[in-house]
Amino acid sequence: MSSASQTDLPLAAPHGDHAHGDHAHGDHDPHLAHHFDTPEQQMTSAKLGMWVFLGTEVLMFGGLFCAYSINRHNHPEVFAFAAESYLNVFWGTLNTLILISSSLTMAWGVRAAQLNQKRLLVVCLILTLLGAAGFMVIKSIEYTAKWDEHVWVGKWNQYNADYKGSEPEAPGPALNAPPTPVMTPAASPATPSDANAGQDVSMIKPRYGGPSGLAAPTAHPNESIRESSLNERVRVERYRSLSDSEQWHVSAFFSCYFLMTGLHGLHVLIGMGVITWLLIRAIKGEFSAEYFTPVDLVGLYWHLVDIIWIFLYPLLYLIH
Amino acid sequence: MMVIMAGLLNILADSSGFWMPPRASTVAADVDWLFYFILWISVFFFVLIFVLLVYFAWKYRYREGQPVGDAPSHNTALELTWTFIPTLLVVIIFYYGFKGFMGLAVPPPDPYEIVVMAHMWSFNFGYPNGHIDDQLHIPANTPIQFTLNSADVIHGFYVPAFRVKKDIVPDRYNKIWVQALPVKAGDPQTYDIYCTQYCGQNHSTMRSSVIVHDPDEFRSWLEKADLVNMSPAEHGHKIWETRGCNGCHSLDGTIIRAPSWKDVFGLEQHFQDGTSQIADEDYLHLVITNPNIKPIVGFQPVMPPTAGLLKPRDVDDVIMYIKTLSSKYHPTLPKPTTAAAAAATTKPAK
Amino acid sequence: MSVAQPIPAPAKVDNYLTHDRGFMSWAFTLDHKRIGLLYMGGVLTAFLLGGTFAVLIRTFLLTPHAWMFKDKVQAHLFYNNMFSLHGAVMVFMFIIPAVPAVLGNFVLPLMLGAKDVAFPRLNLLSLYCWFGGAIFFSYVLLGGVFHAAFGVQWPGGWGLDTGWTFYTPYSTNYASGTVPATLGAFILGFSSILTGVNFVATIHTLRARGMAWFRMPLFVWALYATSLIQILATPVLAITLLLITAERTLNVGIFDPHIGGDPVLFQHFFWFYSHPAVYIMILPAMGVISELISVHSRKHIFGYNFIALSSVALALLGFIVWGHHMFVSGQSNLANTIFSILTFSVAIPSAVKVFNWLGTLYKGSIRFTTPMLYAMGFILLFTIGGLTGLFLGALMVDIPLHDTYFVIAHFHYVAMGSMLFAFLGGMYHWFPKMFGKMYHERTGQIAAIIIFIGFNITFLPQFVAGTKGAPRRWAEYPEQYQKYHVMSTCGAYMMTTGLLIVAFNWLHGLMRGRPAPDNPWGGNSLEWHCPSPPPHDNFAVPPVADDPYNMGGWEYDKTIGGWVPRSHEISPSETAAAGRTRPVSH
Repeated sequence: MSSASQTDLPLAAPHGDHAHGDHAHGDHDPHLAHHFDTPEQQMTSAKLGMWVFLGTEVLMFGGLFCAYSINRHNHPEVFAFAAESYLNVFWGTLNTLILISSSLTMAWGVRAAQLNQKRLLVVCLILTLLGAAGFMVIKSIEYTAKWDEHVWVGKWNQYNADYKGSEPEAPGPALNAPPTPVMTPAASPATPSDANAGQDVSMIKPRYGGPSGLAAPTAHPNESIRESSLNERVRVERYRSLSDSEQWHVSAFFSCYFLMTGLHGLHVLIGMGVITWLLIRAIKGEFSAEYFTPVDLVGLYWHLVDIIWIFLYPLLYLIH
Repeated sequence: MMVIMAGLLNILADSSGFWMPPRASTVAADVDWLFYFILWISVFFFVLIFVLLVYFAWKYRYREGQPVGDAPSHNTALELTWTFIPTLLVVIIFYYGFKGFMGLAVPPPDPYEIVVMAHMWSFNFGYPNGHIDDQLHIPANTPIQFTLNSADVIHGFYVPAFRVKKDIVPDRYNKIWVQALPVKAGDPQTYDIYCTQYCGQNHSTMRSSVIVHDPDEFRSWLEKADLVNMSPAEHGHKIWETRGCNGCHSLDGTIIRAPSWKDVFGLEQHFQDGTSQIADEDYLHLVITNPNIKPIVGFQPVMPPTAGLLKPRDVDDVIMYIKTLSSKYHPTLPKPTTAAAAAATTKPAK
Repeated sequence: MSVAQPIPAPAKVDNYLTHDRGFMSWAFTLDHKRIGLLYMGGVLTAFLLGGTFAVLIRTFLLTPHAWMFKDKVQAHLFYNNMFSLHGAVMVFMFIIPAVPAVLGNFVLPLMLGAKDVAFPRLNLLSLYCWFGGAIFFSYVLLGGVFHAAFGVQWPGGWGLDTGWTFYTPYSTNYASGTVPATLGAFILGFSSILTGVNFVATIHTLRARGMAWFRMPLFVWALYATSLIQILATPVLAITLLLITAERTLNVGIFDPHIGGDPVLFQHFFWFYSHPAVYIMILPAMGVISELISVHSRKHIFGYNFIALSSVALALLGFIVWGHHMFVSGQSNLANTIFSILTFSVAIPSAVKVFNWLGTLYKGSIRFTTPMLYAMGFILLFTIGGLTGLFLGALMVDIPLHDTYFVIAHFHYVAMGSMLFAFLGGMYHWFPKMFGKMYHERTGQIAAIIIFIGFNITFLPQFVAGTKGAPRRWAEYPEQYQKYHVMSTCGAYMMTTGLLIVAFNWLHGLMRGRPAPDNPWGGNSLEWHCPSPPPHDNFAVPPVADDPYNMGGWEYDKTIGGWVPRSHEISPSETAAAGRTRPVSH
């Protein structure tokens, strides 16, 4: 790539001091933006911008990794229990392999674009898309299983002290609650009648007992539950073996799990949209050895999505 | 400038000076010393920069026809000097700040322990003998450790005169210690306590007072403090006023955030799970000691916990008080046998 | 100094304002100069809104017992919403974008000799993000107004009364409008991130020929350092805000203690961004001041290398000091100690800059133009702001001062006394370039002095109130603090008057100002080498960069009231006489 960013001196316009309104030269690239002097300068700039943007993504996920680390450092047995009891290593590994393969096909696609191999580029993009779709399918299998086992995120998680019961309610009951009677100015200091008032803060409430606890949900005649009922006993035993105060924190694992994989999944979906856009442009023949910047940049994005998953996978699936 | 000089002289006269509140604890003098130390350094540098700025602005102002003087545009020796000297000064400031802070952070052995219970929007203080008060009384010249806990959101505990402050975080015990300076017998000193972490609507009225007693007077105050010279109902009313119940429960039927106490005794309560129950003493006892266990239709389950805040006798007195607010409560006294006794009988005060 | 002279009518020249007409040409513009002006409109409106809240706050605080309302509940609700919205609007919608997105967008490509920023469409997206976030804040604000006036329950939440800091568990469990407000801040954060990405790429790849890194104007160094922070810190804010929303809507339990979370963890996440954020606010401002001091005293900046590197040092050091906002939160003594000593380290680069600016004034040829007045005000006010930071960094002294009016005064000195002054100075400095008109100088000077005096009357008493114990965010306060509040409010009214005069000054300049010369101040950075206002493509011929602080190549031309390139070669003796300073040697 051009050395513009490596040296101190900026790129000199190869045409010297010609006015840039002069388009008599036939070699001006239709993709060259008016504020860049050469396509190389534009490509360097675009790549730099993309790398910087990826840096911001790393920082954003970094916050979640930080929350995970702190939680796991403080409650290692809880994390081990939850991961071993509820996460299926098979699906996780399969997902990892699929995503790595899609990174391979994406990189191959970039190479194909560089070498003017339009058919190969299209094939690679389609394979990448299929890989991404496969990843999302497996994710939805896993998420559905979690739903059925009542270990969804936050208040739909049976280990969460705010668990509302076996049937999930409409999101945000607090936000959509019927308005409390409008407050009238009282002689005594009053609090606002706040429909968005806080959740239950009682600490006297009976401790939630988990799968066979005090207010356990009635078992659903559901495939995945029956299937894991063999593990159910082991699960309950291990849960009971956690200390009382540790039991409070089981839902923290699931919060980490859903937030991290959820945000990652969102990025995969966005990636799929962007790759589809690339695919359409590739089919139309818009990319060539002279101009393949979008393919290159999307490739970088996709590799980042893959790398984040490569960190997520062992931290969530392989801990014990 | 005059104000600063006065401040300095005040320091020498062993009073807190212009900037700071009265000194009432053993650490206040150290805190003030460092404050004034930093203040003097700051004043010096500000005056220096101000003088240079004004002098240069005057001396080098543009005058028509005068050429610009020749001056170098860098001077490494100067740069290093004005990097090194501030570095040295800040290290010194850090050192004293750190040393003093460790003194603030580590209590002497065997402090007297008081629990500070914060909730929206008042403080309550728990003494080792079980007494709970909404004002803080402490013995002078004794190290005291406060264990801070909050029932709901983050609050702050700040006594300007003591120079101590700490956030009160829910689900965690923060600790802070203080030793008040000696007071004269018969002359207890009162200082303000402020909540300094924003906690909602009435944050700015979440205040209390600390009264510093001579140790013997403190002991006698504490012995008498737990004696309740009022009827159970009166005591229940006082608890309503000082332990935070008045934030959500009114006495006159107004709905604030929770059922009003007026007429609740004997009333049928409808719960969110479909069942209902008449509110008798057992019911009241259950819902006071186990808030939110039976949420009522039309209300959010947001009552803060009362464990630690209400002793068993407090709960009884509150129940008694609630009963007196209900038209269904008819305590009957035996009929007076003589006219004189009838005249002497008065209804119990509400 | 500008001089009233008969000016020949300028020839009609196509510039970026006249290049294209119509609403669509502005709404979908890719021209960095137009985007800068659009940001200006938005950001100044936000300042007006935030400033109105401030005036209401100060009026409210005239008496200790909320004189503006009969009903105390209403009074407290009003006040709590006012201070929270004042903080949130000012921080997220005004201070953070003001210098980078308004002045930076307009001036940066010109200073680099480029035709535009590296990614013009991304620039437009940043602008849209700013407006998107503004819509969310407006929603929350309107919700509060409607709820207060008519008791209407606004879907999603109304009003903001958590403070701009959103501390949990109050914001997740009790407050009302947390979700729309945090989503608004989230979107505004993307505006900031994308601007940072754009500026980094622009500075790396679009510099003019001859502009090595140590030949860039210091404003560019400042914007580069700022962009580094925007890129690295803002995403952490983004995830923090998402976590609050998740906490509130899904009860995930990361910050809520009763479901296993930690409220202090929120503070760590929040301040990890918000401390570097204050350097996003001040670094570009310092860059502006370097330009103003140098140009308006016609003297080469003193200590160029030190100023440039101190900007980067501040950006990096700013990331490791966030814990000094949490000295009383209950974090460990070890953490407190480490954060305290690191906090003192960020004092040093700032001090170095102030001394270098004074060194620039030495033997200069100082003109007391409006930009120079703001720059000088900045030096004094930033000194006070910075020195009062020492009190807050010292552990033992921070304990009584934390969360009192002392902190409020400290950050207003650095955010308002420093950043706002730099912004106003920069606006005045580049006003002729942006609009091709001159503002009325005398009015500008008077307004600057009024604002300076008013500002000090507003905030100096707050230092005293703070050391005497007055807590912050209090709608009602103990009687003994009233005198400080009254003084403060009088100062606020004076400051408001000055700011209104500034607004009038600008509007009058826009409509009736005399046409501006290409180089009214005689600066040598590249933006002064193109017409005022610049044409659509900035430079007809790509310029070659020289030392931006070497102003000897310009001479004053009375007939146009501005500076023109020197018409003859100067001999070495003339160089000495004319005081052309030696360029920086590397």
